[in-house]
Amino acid sequence: MTVPELGEIFELKAELNSDKKEKKKEAVKKVIASMTVGKDVSALFPDVVNCMQTDNLELKKLVYLYLMNYAKSQPDMAIMAVNTFVKDCEDPNPLIRALAVRTMGCIRVDKITEYLCEPLRKCLKDEDPYVRKTAAVCVAKLHDINAQLVEDQGFLDTLKDLISDSNPMVVANAVAALSEIAESHPSSNLLDLNPQSINKLLTALNECTEWGQIFILDCLANYTPKDDREAQSICERVTPRLSHANSAVVLSAVKVLMKFMEMLSKDLDYYGTLLKKLAPPLVTLLSAEPELQYVALRNINLIVQKRPEILKHEMKVFFVKYNDPIYVKLEKLDIMIRLASQANIAQVLAELKEYATEVDVDFVRKAVRAIGRCAIKVEQSAERCVSTLLDLIQTKVNYVVQEAIVVIKDIFRKYPNKYESVIATLCENLDSLDEPEARAAMIWIVGEYAERIDNADELLESFLEGFHDESTQVQLQLLTAIVKLFLKKPTETQELVQQVLSLATQDSDNPDLRDRGYIYWRLLSTDPVAAKEVVLAEKPLISEETDLIEPTLLDELICYIGTLASVYHKPPSAFVEGGRGVVHKSLPPRTASSESTESPETAPAGAPSGEQPDVIPAQGDLLGDLLNLDLGPPVSGPPLTTSSVQMGAVDLLGGGLDSLIGGPNFVTPPAATVPANLGAPMGSGLSDLFDLTSGVGTLSGSYVAPKAIWLPAMKAKGLEILGTFTRQVGSISMDLQLTNKALQVMTDFAIQFNRNSFGLAPAAPLQVHAPLSPNQTVEISLPLNTVGSVMKMEPLNNLQVAVKNNIDVFYFSTLYPLHILFVEDGKMDRQIFLATWKDIPNENEAQFQIRDCPLSAEAVSSRLQSSNIFTVAKRNVEGQDMLYQSLKLTNGIWVLAELRIQPGNPNFMLSLKCRAPEVSQHVYQAYETILKN
Amino acid sequence: MHFFVLCGIDLASSLGPGPDEVVAQEKAADVENVPPVISTPHHYLISIYRDKLFFVSVIQTEVPPLFVIEFLHRVADTFQDYFGECSEAAIKDNVVIVYELLEEMLDNGFPLATESNILKELIKPPTILRSVVNSITGSSNVGDTLPTGQLSNIPWRRAGVKYTNNEAYFDVVEEIDAIIDKSGSTVFAEIQGVIDACIKLSGMPDLSLSFMNPRLLDDVSFHPCIRFKRWESERVLSFIPPDGNFRLISYRVSSQNLVAIPVYVKHSISFKENSSCGRFDITIGPKQNMGKTIEGITVTVHMPKVVLNMNLTPTQGSYTFDPVTKVLTWDVGKITPQKLPSLKGLVNLQSGAPKPEENPSLNIQFKIQQLAISGLKVNRLDMYGEKYKPFKGVKYVTKAGKFQVRT
Repeated sequence: MTVPELGEIFELKAELNSDKKEKKKEAVKKVIASMTVGKDVSALFPDVVNCMQTDNLELKKLVYLYLMNYAKSQPDMAIMAVNTFVKDCEDPNPLIRALAVRTMGCIRVDKITEYLCEPLRKCLKDEDPYVRKTAAVCVAKLHDINAQLVEDQGFLDTLKDLISDSNPMVVANAVAALSEIAESHPSSNLLDLNPQSINKLLTALNECTEWGQIFILDCLANYTPKDDREAQSICERVTPRLSHANSAVVLSAVKVLMKFMEMLSKDLDYYGTLLKKLAPPLVTLLSAEPELQYVALRNINLIVQKRPEILKHEMKVFFVKYNDPIYVKLEKLDIMIRLASQANIAQVLAELKEYATEVDVDFVRKAVRAIGRCAIKVEQSAERCVSTLLDLIQTKVNYVVQEAIVVIKDIFRKYPNKYESVIATLCENLDSLDEPEARAAMIWIVGEYAERIDNADELLESFLEGFHDESTQVQLQLLTAIVKLFLKKPTETQELVQQVLSLATQDSDNPDLRDRGYIYWRLLSTDPVAAKEVVLAEKPLISEETDLIEPTLLDELICYIGTLASVYHKPPSAFVEGGRGVVHKSLPPRTASSESTESPETAPAGAPSGEQPDVIPAQGDLLGDLLNLDLGPPVSGPPLTTSSVQMGAVDLLGGGLDSLIGGPNFVTPPAATVPANLGAPMGSGLSDLFDLTSGVGTLSGSYVAPKAIWLPAMKAKGLEILGTFTRQVGSISMDLQLTNKALQVMTDFAIQFNRNSFGLAPAAPLQVHAPLSPNQTVEISLPLNTVGSVMKMEPLNNLQVAVKNNIDVFYFSTLYPLHILFVEDGKMDRQIFLATWKDIPNENEAQFQIRDCPLSAEAVSSRLQSSNIFTVAKRNVEGQDMLYQSLKLTNGIWVLAELRIQPGNPNFMLSLKCRAPEVSQHVYQAYETILKN
Repeated sequence: MHFFVLCGIDLASSLGPGPDEVVAQEKAADVENVPPVISTPHHYLISIYRDKLFFVSVIQTEVPPLFVIEFLHRVADTFQDYFGECSEAAIKDNVVIVYELLEEMLDNGFPLATESNILKELIKPPTILRSVVNSITGSSNVGDTLPTGQLSNIPWRRAGVKYTNNEAYFDVVEEIDAIIDKSGSTVFAEIQGVIDACIKLSGMPDLSLSFMNPRLLDDVSFHPCIRFKRWESERVLSFIPPDGNFRLISYRVSSQNLVAIPVYVKHSISFKENSSCGRFDITIGPKQNMGKTIEGITVTVHMPKVVLNMNLTPTQGSYTFDPVTKVLTWDVGKITPQKLPSLKGLVNLQSGAPKPEENPSLNIQFKIQQLAISGLKVNRLDMYGEKYKPFKGVKYVTKAGKFQVRT
């Protein structure tokens, strides 16, 4: 800020005190002009305030401008203006009344706000709607300065009354003010919407200005209709807004529709109509100015993930024009890949190839990457994509080659043993790679296909020379690749592996690298066969879409369409600054009526393991983390950096090491087998590592219900059977208690199961060693397996049993708890979890409430884990704990769960997704049983 | 680079380091590629870039960005409207009016009056004549009564409008956006159409505009004055118009078979390996032009960086090549089918540099008078509510929008 010269101030002072009105006005104008260019003209405060008493509106406005700017630095002087303000609030001209109350609200001086209350109260009830609408906004301003004052004075109630005002602009401003106040008071029920007030808002929506429409639409979006009919009727009244010329109105309307659509059944005709109506306005947004396009594209990105069907025919509008700004180009590209399908892949590829020859480096890179993603997403196009990538490698443009190699690595992962013929071409470009990601990818390829590359050892050795100058990513990859090479060609590469192990363990400061080095070293030195199984294990296939937004986050972001959150793809809590609380929003649940009717075509529950999604490996996920953490396809995951970092770490230690070390087949080598030269620091490092397992090591087996009477004595000629099911360390058994209540001895016991949903069958004959005398009881544990014949039962977990003895054959049926079928390797990899969750259609999702369970998230997680329900990830959203869990049934069916726990609230929300939705109900019961006992 | 930072006055003082500095650091080199939403440690900056000026708005809480962007464009429109141009000089010369306008347009983040009709009643636009008159008579350029439109259900129109000649003109303007690939086939094409109106009618006229073929319009955005229900049921645009110039509707026609491509380009651009020259040859011809003359043709080409200079001969029009920006502009003029315009010659490349990988895209501009390429035709305009007979007129024009030919 500069200070004007003294002479200038004097001159202005004289002019301000002039008798001539015109001169005064010109002087104030000069003062304002100096003020706007940053000169400090606060010294003129009293002189300017003196000009306030005037009937000239322009002069008055100028003085008000000045006041707003300097009142804060001259609070005592500002008091001088109060009287005029109060007087102006009663002026016959509504323009002046409104102006006065508006300006007073902008002066953030405590003493002035005290005087503001009375005039404001009057203005809120002014006969002129122009004054009322201005006063409504003023309440929000005052609330920001002194919230308590606003509440004490009852302004909030007056504001609520204004929602029923006859003038639509007043309604809109009242809504806007209330929304703003509610933002800083998330818990208050300021905008307590009910069908009546909604109706008033919808009426005002049609008549108020475009800006008012935005406020009202944003407010409507926070309402949860009571059922699908109300949702539909609101949607019907909001759809005309999609044709508004103001893009912000359009996007706010889209938000309301996207949110309420969630409540509509897909069978409704209206649902289809609505889907059709959404596409044109979204496309139209793309013909606006680039800034609008950008925001629109970020939102379309979300919409396409949530409901791909809306824009599936509109691929072409996302084609890139060469003079689009780069930020628009990159967004368009992202959406193109999301929309790519078998139907349009040829066009998409032709475009991508075009883009890969453009000038802008960032864009070209992304285009090359996109070609790889197409290959992974649309299998039919893989071959064409690979050949396109090879063409691009031939251009020898450095960054194109590097990107191409990175994506080809992913293609290898997705289609193993299909395109390895291109390896030779890749190797030719080894020397030109200077980016860590490309180097790591190339090293991975060399290690993975070491047996087919004659000079693999030379290639890897060449990287080893500058080991310490490489980035961690490359170092880790090099370590793994050389160990792979050693396991494949042990004779020639012993020296190389020694070298890399010592580089990694002794000369590196990086704990990740050291730990991985130690593990390999110990594996190789204790049990090379196990090492082979671990290092060369079959890798999990990578999933199609790797950068999807986590489903709950996506649902939350859908509620924030059109806001900053939608541009950043983060929930507001992640970035909105200051103490302002943010309400956690979620999509409304579908109404109960439509839910129950939506049972999709029934896949037999006992279906063979073909049911299992093919992206999930048999057991590789334990190792997947360890081997591929640094090389997995780009994962955006939840963009909250802090939490994702944390989770990454947990994954490595929790998922990878624990299961590796604590797993049943792994014998912890005695400390003596640790190579002697490793020294002391390493020993302690290792013991730390092993400590980690203790928590998991004490698995107690899953919950066992008390025995119940299955067969009463009356029905079985004196034989009473009580029983229950258990699962311990991977084996299921049926614990029976047989009592002889007859008067004769019972012998020759045998048992048989009818065919059942999961193929449960006795694994051994029923062995009752001695004859059972009258009143004698015997306890037997009958081991079961799941290889029996399968037939779908009703209910699913019904088991029909026949028991024979020397007297007769007796039949009974019992229900077994589903959790005895949850297998031990039911922990899904996080990325696969994400992709699978997305992949399973929404209609397969079932929601349940678990009531009155007082456990904390940690307790829940560990209790469930002992019954083989595994927590894949945990996230805390606005105080709620979200547990993402997976479990696998003995027949290979995966069930994915999201458990939402609010501290202090004993009722949990459980969402289950499964390709065989019939099991959901039973899984829910299992949850109930495990958590409540 | 110049900025116009829009924010509350007291906020400006609390900002600390100027937000403009942050943006300037962000990407000083390439102004057009500054993303419209930027986060800084304490604020969000939402900006638009128009007429070589950044309009920046500083945000502290969650606000819909489109809301801000739309508003910023409205501010720029208003400056354009008031000062005849939206430039740094105009803003500096009229800083007090700018201040007054912003005060009317925005109150604590809530837009107040953004309709040009209302603003002009509140604050009179500066004219040389008025400033002379004002300084003689001492009258003000701020209206002291509440604008009538401000609160009525038709906020876009002021009361008491009077004209001696009552006129209503409509311009149907269609722009063709297209991407044509190397072989000349259409990759993507659509029509962005608008109907701009200039209405100078006295009183409160109620207009109905109908089309011969309203079915063409299935993706339309309306000015708030249009009665949506009438359109839904009868496909008639029924409205009480704002006074003066405004955009009545904008629409999009995208189904491929409706979008005619009026010109074709034959091109051959080649660079020889290991030599410092290349050949450039393009010819433009008419295609699907409905028998109308195509005029105002301009071809713009961003040549690759290694191009030093171009030595070309046009058969008509004139060309320029800017060796700094590497932009070739060929001002062609009209196409006469007897002799198709062409531009050919040599390209000089930087010696020793590898031959360019990318082929330049051609950007084509053209104009066809008296034609709406989609075939849209106005049927009739009826006026109710007033007694006089207005003079009515409709004009059609088709232009190239983002019309690109890949080579």
